[in-house]
Amino acid sequence: MKLEQQTTGSTFGAAGRKRKLSKWVGEDRFLPYVLVVPTLILIAVIMFFPILKVFELALRNYDMTRPQDFGFAGLSNFREILFHDELFPSSLWITVKWVVIEVVLQLVFGLIVALLLNQTFRFRGVVRSLVLIPWAVSGVLTTMLWSLMFNQHIGVINDLLKKLGIIHENIAWLANTHTVFGSVIVAELWRGIPFFAVALLAALQSIPQDIYESCDVDGAGKVRKLFSITLPYLKESIIFSTMLRAIWEFNSMDMIYTMTDGGPMNMTTTLPVYMFKTAILNGNYGYASAMGVITFFVLMIFVIGYLKLSRSDQDE
Amino acid sequence: MNKLRHTLTSLILFYIPLLATLLFVLLPFLWDISTSLKREEDILSSTIHYFPSPITFDNFIKVWSVNKFSGFFINSLFICLVSVIFVAILSITNGYALSRFKFAGKNLFMLILLSTQMLPVILFVIPLFLIFKSMGLMNTPYAIILFYIVSQVAFNTLLMKGFIGGIPKEIDEAAMVDGASRFRVIFTIITPVILPGIVATAAFAFIGCWNEFLVAFSFLTSASKFTIPIGLKYLIGQYSVEYGSLAAGSIIGLIPPILLFMYIQRFLIQGLAGGSVKG
Repeated sequence: MKLEQQTTGSTFGAAGRKRKLSKWVGEDRFLPYVLVVPTLILIAVIMFFPILKVFELALRNYDMTRPQDFGFAGLSNFREILFHDELFPSSLWITVKWVVIEVVLQLVFGLIVALLLNQTFRFRGVVRSLVLIPWAVSGVLTTMLWSLMFNQHIGVINDLLKKLGIIHENIAWLANTHTVFGSVIVAELWRGIPFFAVALLAALQSIPQDIYESCDVDGAGKVRKLFSITLPYLKESIIFSTMLRAIWEFNSMDMIYTMTDGGPMNMTTTLPVYMFKTAILNGNYGYASAMGVITFFVLMIFVIGYLKLSRSDQDE
Repeated sequence: MNKLRHTLTSLILFYIPLLATLLFVLLPFLWDISTSLKREEDILSSTIHYFPSPITFDNFIKVWSVNKFSGFFINSLFICLVSVIFVAILSITNGYALSRFKFAGKNLFMLILLSTQMLPVILFVIPLFLIFKSMGLMNTPYAIILFYIVSQVAFNTLLMKGFIGGIPKEIDEAAMVDGASRFRVIFTIITPVILPGIVATAAFAFIGCWNEFLVAFSFLTSASKFTIPIGLKYLIGQYSVEYGSLAAGSIIGLIPPILLFMYIQRFLIQGLAGGSVKG
């Protein structure tokens, strides 16, 4: 002990500081920070700095086509969006419709699929893999697959429906204002249902089996078991996956954009599609940023809602 | 009689819904495969051919060489592999910190991680454009890689925290009594034990990167840098669509994620069931 004190005393200076630093890093008090700092730096540069930048740009004229007008614009972008832009309310409405329909249908069908896949049957492993595959497929690929099938002239959907006698003439599913929204909804469901199925299947498997057994002793039926055991157990997973999915669907634009380009007649122009077109295709960053800020606040409602729901869960 | 009723119920409640699900899921894939193997004139004919006859691989050859999918494939592979390696390392260190230590700001760190998932990617595209431009990273794979690391690290960290949490702390302590440093513990003791979990989460991150469209589309501008989703987008964008190439290109893009997904789905469900996602 004495010896050690002496050594530290004598190496006062650079070497001592170096040793001190390495001791700090090794110490468990500081180690967790050392471990998470690289991630924090990346998040700061790639996510948080950009968000601040969006707020700044929203208050500016930043239109690449009119560089002479760059400068502070106050709230004029917001005023323009909220009071004069007809496409904004319509794309917000389409986004909300999109999110609600997608999330509700994905949850219902995802739950059904999860319950089916949770049974024991032959080839269960293979069937599970097959059913969950669309989840691994990108938006652009989903577009490819479904555009091919929805095609007016060479699409298999028209052919099948005609053979079944449901329709008599080919329908241009993606060019027709009456059918385009439904068509995109179906294609996104194809990709979204497996997500819920995976999440809910995982939750189903964590339900302890003895609860069902004791329920069997009481003579409860299948429906009863579903509503009084399974669903309450799934509550947390359902809330978590629904919230994440709602935010995700709100923001998703790759599939809609590649499938319909927002058309026809802007029938599928959601807020992200509109923002993307404004920013990247028209070069009006200021205006698109202001829309981004509005989106940010709309999404905050989701996030706060999620935090509230999960907190009330913990209180129980 | 009772047995018949039982069979009938399971048919209506189980086998028919399962069959319908499988049909809905598989039809687009089957149609895609069939189209990719047809001749262009058979694809465009007004009578629908359900099966390719004669079978041709011309679409694959054309999309691979003429449409440059070989290059897109390599670009995608490079971007995804580099991203995944960093995501794996960062999520192991983060996961270790979160599962082994109590530290001030731990909850804040979790919140920051989660918040990366809460915001629309579109919101980042505009400012990232300016940032990447000033860093000289426009039209390079490195810009895309940086973004992919950040967007994948949160979910992987949460999964990793679950996996590491499943290993008893006594193992770390025993190793440290023998003189191992924390870093040695993490990389020579913990990592091998959770290797299946790492593979699963890495594969998951790989699929996420492989499928990403918006950021790659916004920041990669020259065709030699494109990834597969962008290559596909440009096959649709033209005045005339070559469906054969499109179908073949999409199958090429499907192969890596499907192979990986079939491999990981078992681990993935276990990982999610481990309660790790609950945070």
